[in-house]
Amino acid sequence: MSNVTLTIDGKQITVPEGTTVIQAAEKLGINIPALCYDPELSLSGSCRMCVVEIEGMNNLPTSCTTVVREGMNVKTKSAAVVESRKMILELLIADHPLDCMTCQKNGNCLLQQYAYEYDVKEISFQGIRHDYPIETDNPFIVRDMNKCINCGKCVRVCSEIQGRDVLNFAYRGFDTKITVDLDLTLAESDCIFCGSCVAVCPTGALLEKNMIGKGRSYEVKKVKTTCSFCAVGCNFDLNVKDGKVIGVTSNPTSAVNGKHLCVKGRFGHDYIHNPNRLTTPLIKKNGEFVEATWDEALNLVAEKFSEIKKEYGNESIGVLSSARCTNEENYLMQKFVRAVIGNNNIDHCART
Amino acid sequence: MAGLAASFGSGAMTNSFKDIENTSLIFLIGSNPTEAHPVLALKMRKAIRNGAKLIVADPRRTEMADIADIWLPLIPGTDIPLLNGLMHIIIKEELWDKEFVKSKTENFEELIATVENYPPSEVAKITGVNEELLYQAARLYANTYEASICYTLGITEHVTGTNNVINIANLAMLTGHLGRKNVGVNPLRGQNNVQGACDMGSLPDVFPGYQKVFNKEARQKFSKAWGVELSDKVGLTIPEMFDDAVNGIIRGMYIMGEDPVLSDPDSNHVRKALENLDFLVVQDIFMNETARLADVILPASSFAEKDGTFTNSERRVQRVRKAIDPIGNSKPDWQIICELSSRMGYEMHYQSASEIFDEMASLTHIYAGMDYQRLDKNGLHWPCPTKDHPGTEVLHVGKFTKGKGVFIGIDHIPPAELPDEEYPYYLSTGRRFYHYNLTTQYSSSLSEYHPEELAMVNPKDAKRLGIKKGDKIKITSRRGEVITSFEITDRVTEGTIWMSFHYRDVPTNVLTNGVYDPVSHTGEYKVAAVKVEKI
Repeated sequence: MSNVTLTIDGKQITVPEGTTVIQAAEKLGINIPALCYDPELSLSGSCRMCVVEIEGMNNLPTSCTTVVREGMNVKTKSAAVVESRKMILELLIADHPLDCMTCQKNGNCLLQQYAYEYDVKEISFQGIRHDYPIETDNPFIVRDMNKCINCGKCVRVCSEIQGRDVLNFAYRGFDTKITVDLDLTLAESDCIFCGSCVAVCPTGALLEKNMIGKGRSYEVKKVKTTCSFCAVGCNFDLNVKDGKVIGVTSNPTSAVNGKHLCVKGRFGHDYIHNPNRLTTPLIKKNGEFVEATWDEALNLVAEKFSEIKKEYGNESIGVLSSARCTNEENYLMQKFVRAVIGNNNIDHCART
Repeated sequence: MAGLAASFGSGAMTNSFKDIENTSLIFLIGSNPTEAHPVLALKMRKAIRNGAKLIVADPRRTEMADIADIWLPLIPGTDIPLLNGLMHIIIKEELWDKEFVKSKTENFEELIATVENYPPSEVAKITGVNEELLYQAARLYANTYEASICYTLGITEHVTGTNNVINIANLAMLTGHLGRKNVGVNPLRGQNNVQGACDMGSLPDVFPGYQKVFNKEARQKFSKAWGVELSDKVGLTIPEMFDDAVNGIIRGMYIMGEDPVLSDPDSNHVRKALENLDFLVVQDIFMNETARLADVILPASSFAEKDGTFTNSERRVQRVRKAIDPIGNSKPDWQIICELSSRMGYEMHYQSASEIFDEMASLTHIYAGMDYQRLDKNGLHWPCPTKDHPGTEVLHVGKFTKGKGVFIGIDHIPPAELPDEEYPYYLSTGRRFYHYNLTTQYSSSLSEYHPEELAMVNPKDAKRLGIKKGDKIKITSRRGEVITSFEITDRVTEGTIWMSFHYRDVPTNVLTNGVYDPVSHTGEYKVAAVKVEKI
């Protein structure tokens, strides 16, 4: 494949043939705003935010769908481009609830970010506004179609990555809306709540239900870790606020899974703070569990195991380790059995 | 694990997830990834979208069976004759990889002699699979250069589990689908750290890195590192421990992060064993059914509260990072083990999980080149023997870990318990999409969405039993009974009931058969005989 040299905002760059303008700009560290573009999904070119000016072209082409050509001269922030983007944003917010102060997406919303960057604060176009009911009839995802900007990323991720085709566009013109099957709710549909649609949504139209009201994106500490369900080993960010895990969000740098997770990984980790967690050692006395200190519990265990060893020999104790625990813990447990108990009676249920 | 170790010398996925995504054919046997490994299923769907073919062998019409090019709906427990039938066709039609078999394997004659006795007409009768489909599947798999076999517990949770795996290995060796990209024999591990728990030596016969306890050199190495004499006697597996507990030979047990009363087969036997102990310690994050029987319960911390590593199914070692402090007065399991050990006179003091990892890596060849710094970004695939080694995505390139791959002829042994007049239905068990073993019961969102067990019953059976949606049924085996709700679905074939084991109020494993594979000692969760009554 041959290379193509072009100029973007006065900087020259050489990229492989077939590269799009937005990709070439990204290589130069030039960030072109885009709402419907996701490098993992097919191109839509529908939001028009990524338009640029290219010498010799009459209109402002979308940089996500325009392929580079030799000698191209691209301007990503010309007056015409900025004016065009402003107009698009004005049209979008003309039918978008401006409730940023209470919106869960505040601080993490592309529409909000671009409105800020392009100084769009007035609603220039007065007209009918949508008033869809907010969908909350499932425990995982809240859908507020009033905040949807019809970028279609959720439609594409559901079809192209998940292969489910639960979401699609319906109706026409101003009534155009992303619907679930035949305009059902997610709970009524074949949706499996992987939440990939939430992960790609640029606005507050699709939100993790469990995180609403629990913290602002900028108050949250994100800790990348490996999922504790199943052996695929997806990575994600645990979202932590005030010492509490409030939810899980995708971390696109994850080697195995990228942005994608399943319902368990994305929405099932509330077990961490289940009120039934064991929080103190317990010793059974007269058939009832009684709270104990670590010293009392561990001394009792050490004493009993030592007694059993003494009376019945090293072979009289068996230990089950766990495929849920870490490598370090499994290593220590087998070391404990072999070096301290003095036998090889260690096993776990996933021996197959 | 034992099966692949016997055939290849290493019991793990031979290839990576990336190779499954890029392969030209996926042969899925005893595996339901859309429910049990959802994100891997996405990679399979991607492969299929890019033109890969899909063969599914499963008694249930799973979602993957829906989109398969060929679905082989075999009778539960007939995997061996099915595979023998495929190999019979491949040999008869000269579709096997002669060069690969000649240069990289041994004992081929034994395989020929065995599969000779499995002509397709006979196999069709045993497995219930149409003869023509056998021909189609055999030809498609053998003639596709890049073909990958994936299996899960539908293969291993049988009394013939190890033999099932060996026979899969036979098929892959026969067709040369090993030792290069986008092929292989790929066991999809169930729990998050099955691979790691095995790698770390949480097994009765091996130290970390599969170094045998009866090997003098290995024993001396660990003995020197740990400063104590070590036993050369292979220890007990779980079912042996429970048998010995019933017999009064095992007097004390320490159970970390497992709930055998709910998750092991024949739970009434497990309960009896645990009740017979002098002393039982359970270390867990929840008061599970096993913990109720304990003398002492030690509260552990969840994965969000500690540092460490998990090794995923493709042998990739990845970081677990502490996000919050331990809940309440709980402690990470590793700290509890250290404190207990020190109190029993063997001092264990580690400042961090990283320090434990480094000690393990210094004694474990396949992890020797890893440390937390190297694992930080994307993790590494073992074997990774040195600090400058990039990790290994594909095993057995050039030659097998054990030198030559070994063919072992495998004959059909039926499941230990088959339906009869008194117990006329097959019972098979597994995992559901919305749940993961027993932990997800503690997730309020998942429990709200899928609150109760729904046994799968075929419409014809439902009609015969006179049951309809909303009724309850009693399912009884020779070992126990449960009462459950159900759904009527043709995803199960007539005569088969399918259940999950996620729910405490429907403890499915009181029904399952406690018999186990003689080598791996894995229970036969996938086949039991039951009767079903309307209540």
